Amino acid sequence: MSEPTSFLRRYVFSTDHKVIGKQYLFTGLFFLLVAGLFAILIRWQIAHPFQPMPVLGHLLSSDSHGVVIPTEYSKLFTMHGSLMVFFAVTPILIGAFGNFIIPLQIGARDMSFPVLNMLSYWVYALGSVAVLSVFFVSGGAASAGWTAYAPLSSSVKITPGFGQTIWIVAIAFSGTSTLLGAINYIATILNERCPGMDLMRMPLTTWGFFYTSILNLLWVPLIAAALFMLVLDRTVGTSFFTAGPLAPRGGGQPLLYQHLFWGFGHPEVYILILPIWGLLGDLLATFSRKPAFGYRATVISMGVIVAVSQVVWGHHMYTAGMNPILGKTFMFLTVSISMPTAIFFFNWLATIWGGAIQLKTPMLFALGVVFVFALGGLTGLFNAVQALDVYIHDTTFVVGHFHYTLAASVFFGMLAGIYFWFPKMFGRALDERLGKVHFAISFLALNGVFAPMMVMGVGGALRRLADPSHYELLRKFSTWNQVAWWSAFALLGGQLVFAYNFVRTLASRPTNVQNPWNATTLEWATSSPPPHENFPAIPVVCRGPYEYSSPAVADRDFIAQNEPALEGASA
Amino acid sequence: MTTTVLDPPHAHATATGIPNLKLGMWLFLASEVMFFTGLVGSYVVLRLGSREWPDPSSILGLNVLAFNTFVLITSSVTMALGLQAARENDRTRLVRFLGATAALGLTFLAIKLLDYRHLVHEGFTPVSSLFGSCYFMLTGFHGLHVLGGVTALTVLALKNRRGAAAIDATPIEACGLYWHFVDLVWIVLFAILCLV
Repeated sequence: MSEPTSFLRRYVFSTDHKVIGKQYLFTGLFFLLVAGLFAILIRWQIAHPFQPMPVLGHLLSSDSHGVVIPTEYSKLFTMHGSLMVFFAVTPILIGAFGNFIIPLQIGARDMSFPVLNMLSYWVYALGSVAVLSVFFVSGGAASAGWTAYAPLSSSVKITPGFGQTIWIVAIAFSGTSTLLGAINYIATILNERCPGMDLMRMPLTTWGFFYTSILNLLWVPLIAAALFMLVLDRTVGTSFFTAGPLAPRGGGQPLLYQHLFWGFGHPEVYILILPIWGLLGDLLATFSRKPAFGYRATVISMGVIVAVSQVVWGHHMYTAGMNPILGKTFMFLTVSISMPTAIFFFNWLATIWGGAIQLKTPMLFALGVVFVFALGGLTGLFNAVQALDVYIHDTTFVVGHFHYTLAASVFFGMLAGIYFWFPKMFGRALDERLGKVHFAISFLALNGVFAPMMVMGVGGALRRLADPSHYELLRKFSTWNQVAWWSAFALLGGQLVFAYNFVRTLASRPTNVQNPWNATTLEWATSSPPPHENFPAIPVVCRGPYEYSSPAVADRDFIAQNEPALEGASA
Repeated sequence: MTTTVLDPPHAHATATGIPNLKLGMWLFLASEVMFFTGLVGSYVVLRLGSREWPDPSSILGLNVLAFNTFVLITSSVTMALGLQAARENDRTRLVRFLGATAALGLTFLAIKLLDYRHLVHEGFTPVSSLFGSCYFMLTGFHGLHVLGGVTALTVLALKNRRGAAAIDATPIEACGLYWHFVDLVWIVLFAILCLV
């Protein structure tokens, strides 16, 4: 297929996976900023209840003079969560990295279904327009939480705003986009591998995308079914998820919605973290100049997690009125996930151990993930235990826990990926010095935001409150809330360094260095940025993905995957 | 960069040997299974959780629905015959069977709509009871899938009317997989909505 020449076919309605990946990246970064600013407003409100927020508060609503009123607060945390999960993190990790990296790492010219790939992005773009429109309709944005629990979300008597209905449809659009992407990624990874690229020679990043796509393929349809019923409840007047006086003609079950939501929602947290786990395997090996330790064990343990993650959703519902015996089953299954997790975590540490570690910016962020994911993972065990969870479930401990895994780990992993693949995507590398400043601020600030949540949570600080100082017993946490606010502010400041670095580098002269990190996998075996259809000739893979510091070569410390067998060496 | 002739992204042999379109369809059907699992599972939970539930045969016209089931199963037979014709490279029979399958699908939808009109006339609507909501939701989503299938069949029949080259049977096979799946969903729905 020849390269399209018109601007529209080349940069807008392109079927090239690299262009689509960049489209996802820029749209996702925009939503990351919007949803991040919502988080800033939330932290301000909790630290300084009902005091006018300079600048940002005035953008929110013109008649409240910069004060976050309680109804606005509900909208803020709803939109913060849903924009982050469905419109920022999923598009950047899976849409941008997945699209850009998968075909390059497996030596393919493009995805299996390039037109479907373009369609995925545009369905997401439509959803983006829809989800932004909720700020401009009467009644304002959605306010039932990112989980949209029924009957809060299902009854127009409780959430009358039209924004809530549009929000549900927009989430369905985002899900459809992810689902189409999942079909494409699985087909591509199975079918488009170049000669010699056996499954067990695939880089761990590609394995991460493969696993994440399996979960997307199976569980996004479940939330789609739930969302359709939710919309019918709101528009037609059915009562699938409403009961009692709200449903005079025979009620449904609000709890059913929770099962459907978390049936998808728990696989979803693995959907978001699996690409990061995979990416870490590549980065830690590259910057330790060592083969990834226990490659096979990592692949298998990630597979086991994919399997078990589909039957643990009930641990989100210990306090929802579920049968306690069922709860014990979910507890057992949930705690058992820590075993495969421990295996690949050990493998990460063993990969770094004794390596010639190069503390480049991507490596710093990768090590940051190792640290924050350890904290997030270990605190997860407390939530998994039924008896403990009853105490901490409605506290900020839970908020801290899932932000350590889904915000801190995912955010650092995302940045590690951006710093790592930026030279491949744009033909020039981000500035290392600014990158290190960015990492230092982000690392301190991110822990400053989320560690206080866990400390307060153990002390009994309740979540979902627009004004915790309303309660006498929660006022003792005001210092911690100040720490969280100033850290959030510093975190935003740190991202300005990144934004400056990003824009300045894009405007600079391209260097087109093909393999700046001396990495082994196939994306580094083509020019930067790669040409249309990626490789002048389809590569042939002769070895595994992590041949670092091999004694077979004397002049360098890596052997690329597509290098032919070395003469006189037992490669 | 070099200007070698590059093969189009999906015209080459695949690593597994399974054509992309067929693999993609199987993956899509896996997601469809989960979608209908969500809907049917919700119906089962809602029904078992209700204190009272009407006898379906007292509301639904079972004879009409049984006839409609027969129509859809017949369409699966014509679909299979169409695929056979495609593999034997017989254009006339292929177009005839694809057309017959689409026509049977349309017949199913027409009977469905008449059934809906009758039920609404009798006071059984999507909002009259939880059973009504479930019935219209499940059969409605299935109906939309039939409509999608009829569209695909029509497009395939028109595309294969004439041509000198051998028929590409893969799209016919993928469409057939989808059509049999939609058929299977109806048999499940008919059993759990109408018979028990």
